Amino acid sequence: MQTTSDEVLIARIAKGDRLAMQVLYARHHVRVFRFVLRLVRNEATAEDLISEVFLDVWRQAGKFEGRSAVSTWMLSIARFKALSALRRRQDEALDEEAAAGIEDHADDPEAALAKKDKGAVLRQCLAALSPEHREVIDLVYYHEKSVEEAAAIVGIPEATVKTRMFYARKKLAELLKDKGVDRGWP
Amino acid sequence: MNSDGHETSEIELLLPWHAAGTLSRRDAQRVEEALARDPELARRYALVREELGETIGLNESLGAPSAHAMEKLFSAIDAEPKRVAAPLNLGARLSLWIADLRPRTLALGGSIAVVAILLQAGVIVGLALNQGSYQTASAPAGAPGAGAFTFVRFAPQASVDDVNKFLQANKLSIVSGPAPGGLYKVKVADSALPKAELDGLVNRLHQDKIVAFIVSAQ
Repeated sequence: MQTTSDEVLIARIAKGDRLAMQVLYARHHVRVFRFVLRLVRNEATAEDLISEVFLDVWRQAGKFEGRSAVSTWMLSIARFKALSALRRRQDEALDEEAAAGIEDHADDPEAALAKKDKGAVLRQCLAALSPEHREVIDLVYYHEKSVEEAAAIVGIPEATVKTRMFYARKKLAELLKDKGVDRGWP
Repeated sequence: MNSDGHETSEIELLLPWHAAGTLSRRDAQRVEEALARDPELARRYALVREELGETIGLNESLGAPSAHAMEKLFSAIDAEPKRVAAPLNLGARLSLWIADLRPRTLALGGSIAVVAILLQAGVIVGLALNQGSYQTASAPAGAPGAGAFTFVRFAPQASVDDVNKFLQANKLSIVSGPAPGGLYKVKVADSALPKAELDGLVNRLHQDKIVAFIVSAQ
């Protein structure tokens, strides 16, 4: 079955097609929401932000030049909105240590049981990474962005994306080791 | 450390993208070759795949936004000032134009192009065969532009077979087209027809379901 491409939807949205906007929203809102939520760590804020992201898409559709995929463009907007929201709530922004600390607070009997599951520990450590490292890991692993696309979204050179990903994985390995999971790397 | 240690570290940086399937074919092949010859790199690649799976699992566990987010968005959109149609860039216009063409319309357009090419070929062959029988432009029969014509737009659901049968059954031939709007110039007689006769013919052809629109062009 043939589906309307994102680029065609954007062209229709630029002409004021509300239905095209509904289709685009239905197609992408969950992933955009999860990307934002992983950055701001607050569901209510993430919900507000995705409304703002898609409203920007509605307003700026006529300026979309197709130099990147529509999903890449939307994640760039989402990232900007999320970081702006974090700056507005500076006191609520979490640094790496604080995030790791929160994960440790959740070390109740249930969590301790989960620790026996290597996958659950890995997820805990993924959640405990710094926002910068979480972001690049999510973009590459979950949002399936290429080196070039991730660089465009984050606004850094492609070589930096590769090394940032490497160091994010290295930090992840260190967190795992602290929790008793030694994977023999690095 | 491998003898090609530098290459391995460069390749190692690409492992996450290889696991996610977002590398170019060339880079993916480089990684595959390195994995095949380096067991340590292959072991590290298994770790990358483990991280990939858990990252997807973590994100999928995050749920989805409530319906409130969508309501808020479309309330805001409805409150926006009515959009003045801004000129789209070329890429957007092209995307929209292609998307607006229905598959059968595209198929018909392509088929008509084939018919036109065949007609041109027929004309060329005809000219080649008639080289010895030159006629002046004032000759009464077969002169360029002579005849009775109509403009026809075929129904979007018509197949090329339908069009061919229609043309043959009514002794018609496509002269040119499609013009903007999908109009074809169709020759209905070799010589000009009285207006009443041409109108009658147009009415009769219009009865065929394959004809969406027809008007005399004489």
